Amino acid sequence: MTEPSNSKVIVEAEGIVKVLGSAPNEIKVLKGIDLQLHTGELTLMMGPSGSGKTTLLSILGCILSPTQGKLTISGMKTQRMTKEELANLRRKHVGFVFQSYNLVPTLSAVENVMLALDLRDLSGPNAYDQAAEALEAVGLGHRINAMPSKMSGGEKQRVSIARALAGSPSVILADEPTAALDAKNGMAVMELLARVAQDTRRAVLAVTHDHRTLQYADRIITIDDGRIAGSDRPKISGNPVEAAAH
Amino acid sequence: MELAATAPALVSQRTTPSRRPRSGGHRLPMVVKLAYRNLFHDRLSFFVTVVGILFSVVLVAVQSGIYLGSANKIATIIDAAPADLWVVPLGTKSYDDPSFLSGRERYMALSAPGVADSEDMVVSFARWRKPLGGETTVLLIGTSGDSPKALPPNIIEGSRPALEAPNTVAIDRSYFKDLGVDKLGDNAELNGSAVKLVAITKRVRSFTTLPFVFTSIDEARKLSGANQDQASYQRVTLLPSADIETVRKEIETRLPDTEVLTQAEFRTRSQDYWLKQTGAGAALDAGKLLGLIVGIVIVAQTLYSSTKDHINEFATLRALGAGAGYIVKVILIQAVLSGLIGYVLGMSLALVAIHFAQDTKLTIIMTAPLAAQLFAITIGMCIFAAVSAIIKVVRIDPAVVFSR
Repeated sequence: MTEPSNSKVIVEAEGIVKVLGSAPNEIKVLKGIDLQLHTGELTLMMGPSGSGKTTLLSILGCILSPTQGKLTISGMKTQRMTKEELANLRRKHVGFVFQSYNLVPTLSAVENVMLALDLRDLSGPNAYDQAAEALEAVGLGHRINAMPSKMSGGEKQRVSIARALAGSPSVILADEPTAALDAKNGMAVMELLARVAQDTRRAVLAVTHDHRTLQYADRIITIDDGRIAGSDRPKISGNPVEAAAH
Repeated sequence: MELAATAPALVSQRTTPSRRPRSGGHRLPMVVKLAYRNLFHDRLSFFVTVVGILFSVVLVAVQSGIYLGSANKIATIIDAAPADLWVVPLGTKSYDDPSFLSGRERYMALSAPGVADSEDMVVSFARWRKPLGGETTVLLIGTSGDSPKALPPNIIEGSRPALEAPNTVAIDRSYFKDLGVDKLGDNAELNGSAVKLVAITKRVRSFTTLPFVFTSIDEARKLSGANQDQASYQRVTLLPSADIETVRKEIETRLPDTEVLTQAEFRTRSQDYWLKQTGAGAALDAGKLLGLIVGIVIVAQTLYSSTKDHINEFATLRALGAGAGYIVKVILIQAVLSGLIGYVLGMSLALVAIHFAQDTKLTIIMTAPLAAQLFAITIGMCIFAAVSAIIKVVRIDPAVVFSR
C-alpha cells in the first residue's frame, strides 16, 4: 500500500536520539529514529518491552525532548522551544489517549471533554454542546453525565478518545489504548481510532502489543533496541474500517 | 463532530437518547469547576481544611477584637470627655496613672490666647468598702456637672445632676458584684466617707480590674484629699478660630512643669502604655500570630496532600498541554475557596462569640474594616499556604502519564 494521495507529513522526526540518566549510568534509549506520520493514516508502533516505544511517543508528543535530532510538528520545529512553548504546541496540535485513560475522576464524561476544550482555549458558549457532540461521535451520547467511576473501561477509553479529539488536533498519540480492555472493547476502540485516522487532516499513532489490532493499521512500525526495525504498509483489505469505506 | 457520521457501529450502542442541557446552563469556568470538585472530592480532607481555617479565623478575630476592644476601653474616659488639648502632669503614662497638677493650671490655660474654656478633671485611686464588708480599690473620677462633657456617659438609671449632691456616686451595673451594691440608693464607703449610689451606667468599664466610680468634681477633690483648685487634668477647649499648635505652645510656655497633649496624643499614649509597655498587647498579638500559624500549617498540609492525591490528574493536564499557570490557578482557586468558606464560618462563629461577650467583662469589638482586614488576611494566609502545593505541581514531569 502507498501513502494516500491527499495525505501530508504532519510529524517528522529526524535522527532522534534519547539518552536517559547521566554518565556512567546513562542509557541510550533511542539510537537515531527517522519517522514521518502522515495525515489520514493510523500508524501502529510495535516492539518488545524496553525497545523505546513509549519514549519515542513521549518525544513525538513533545512531553520529552530528544537528546539529539529534529522534530517538526505541523510545520513547527520543536528545537529550542521552552517547556511552556512545547506545552502550547501539545495543547494546539496533539491529542493523547492513555493506557489508563487518565480521566479526571471528579469530572463527568462531558466535563472531561470540556476540560480539554478549555485547555485549548475553546471554552466558548458552545463548549458543552461541542463536548457532548464529541461524546456522541464516540458512541457515548447516552453517558455524557456519567462519572468515570461509573463507566466501564471501554467507555472510559472512548471518553479519552473524545477528549483527545476535542479541538481537532492534527496528531493523536495513543499509548497502548487497548491494553486495559477486553477483546471486544479493545477492538471497538481500535475501530474508533481507525475511523479517527480517516480524517485527512489528522494522523494517528498508537503504540500496541496487541497483534489483533494490526488489522486496523494503515502502517506498522516495528521498533527494537531504540531503532526502527521495520515499517510495513498492510494491504488495504487488512483495515476493516478502510475496507468497509471502500 | 465529524466522526458521528462515520461511526455507525459505535453510535448504535446508545441505549437511550441523549438528554442534555444546552450550553446556557454551564457557565462556570472549567478551571473553577475542576478546583472545587477536587476540593470537595475528599470530604474528610476538606472538612479538616475548613476546621483549620475556621479555628484560625475565630482565634485571630477574637484576639483582634479583644485588642480593639481593649484599645477602645482604655480610651473610654478620654473619648467620653473630649477636649482639644489636655494639660497633664509631666510624665503621665496614661489617663488612669493619676497624680495632681499644682492647682494654678486652669487659670494659666484660660489666659492663653485662643482658649475658650478649661475644665478640671480629677482621677484618683480610692478604697471602696462594700456595705456587707470587704474592700476594693477603685478609680475615682470627678468632673464638673455644669459641663456638657460631664462624666459619666451612658447613664441608664438615675441622673447626672443627682451627682452634684454631696456624697453621691455613679457606677456601671457590671460592677455591682465587685462593689457589693445592686440598685440606686444603696450605700457604701469611699475612702472612709459614706456615699450613696445615685446613677448607674451601662458598658462603661475600665481596661484594668479597677472599677470606675464617678462623682462630682468637688466630691472627687474631697474624697481624694486634693486642694480646692487641684485637678489631675485640664480639658482645654479652643475657640473655633484658634490654631491648636499655637495654643499648645502658649500653654506650654505658661506651664513648663506639665505636658500639653492633643486628644489623639493622650488617647494613643494611654493605649500604648497599656497595650505595648505592659505587654498586654503582645500577648494578644501572640494569640493572633498563633492563629495565623495554625491556619497556614493546616491549610498548607491539606492543600499539599490534596495536590499529591491528584498529582496524576495534574500530570495528565500538563501532558494535554496545560500551562503551569492553568494548574497554579486550580490550586489557588482551591486555596481561595477554602479560605472563603473557612472565613464565612469562622467569622459567623466569632460574631456569635462577640455577641455573647457583650455584657461580660471581656470587650470584643468587630468593625467592618477589621472584618475586611481579617478577610484579606485569611485569603492571603490560604494563598501563602498554597505555595508548597504550587511548587509540587509546577515540578510535575508530564512523562509520568506514560509510566502508569
